[in-house]
Amino acid sequence: MIFLTTGTQEPFDRLVKAMDDLCPMLKGKNIVAQVANSAYKVRHMETYNFLEPEDFNRLFQDAELIVGHAGMGTIISALMNEKPLLIMPRLSRYGEHRNDHQLATAKAFDRLKYVRVAYEVKDLNLQLEHMIKGNLRSMHQLKNYASDELINSVRHYIHSLI
Amino acid sequence: MRVLAIASAGGHWVQLLRLLPAFEENEIVFVSTHKSFSQTVKNCPFYVIPDANRWNKLKLLKVCFCVLGLLYIIKPDVIITTGAAPGLMAVIAGRLLGAKTIWIDSIANVEKLSLSGRIALLFANRTYTQWPDLATSKIKYKGSVIG
Repeated sequence: MIFLTTGTQEPFDRLVKAMDDLCPMLKGKNIVAQVANSAYKVRHMETYNFLEPEDFNRLFQDAELIVGHAGMGTIISALMNEKPLLIMPRLSRYGEHRNDHQLATAKAFDRLKYVRVAYEVKDLNLQLEHMIKGNLRSMHQLKNYASDELINSVRHYIHSLI
Repeated sequence: MRVLAIASAGGHWVQLLRLLPAFEENEIVFVSTHKSFSQTVKNCPFYVIPDANRWNKLKLLKVCFCVLGLLYIIKPDVIITTGAAPGLMAVIAGRLLGAKTIWIDSIANVEKLSLSGRIALLFANRTYTQWPDLATSKIKYKGSVIG
């Protein structure tokens, strides 16, 4: 199963439609999707407008591959669950976000090689094929929490106030 | 110490939870913008507030009143947030009410601090970025929520 998520706020129909179009070509793999406020009429995928954290986490764990927007909830959840992740950034020129910070996020995580990125719809198919053939390994493992340095810095500051 | 930990639903919330060891030995009250997120912090008090962004002024005002009301009830010593708009309001209102405030800018902001972060910088006692290139004398970089 492939889990598609476009976050919880704004629609991202360019990605939802592209994955829906690709679905019949992914032999034997079904797609379950969280498609917040989407206006696109899905034909091939099982969709939810909003998934509560427990359902979201269960689908995340069951999925062999995650496809999503370049939101940090999606990226961190994939890294925490050690799932291979393909992201496509929302672009302001299509009205998908107020600015292009998702493009900057996608480039930064692409450089780190933590995720795969489809910068446009036309890249999705090739990237998906590449990932499915590549045995679907997670590209990076995370510790359970933030960096020790950040946690200690915040903790010491709070302690200093007592 | 009573710590108010506040973040909008989605990525902001996921980042806040990854900071938990930094403040878990205190009395914590969590605040977010979707009630189902209480599932992820089952042993702590959790309050839900409406969500808003800068494009909907009426909603922003509503959130502002909710945040003020919560601060009045909870009376936190420390406020920690990973954004977005409701977290910024808590930082501003909290600072004015005498709490110590910590803004951790989302790791999504790679090239510059978020607009909320740039405003928070004027009010927060501590402001962190999660990218080394964005650190200044006033903005700390100490690693990130992903290590």
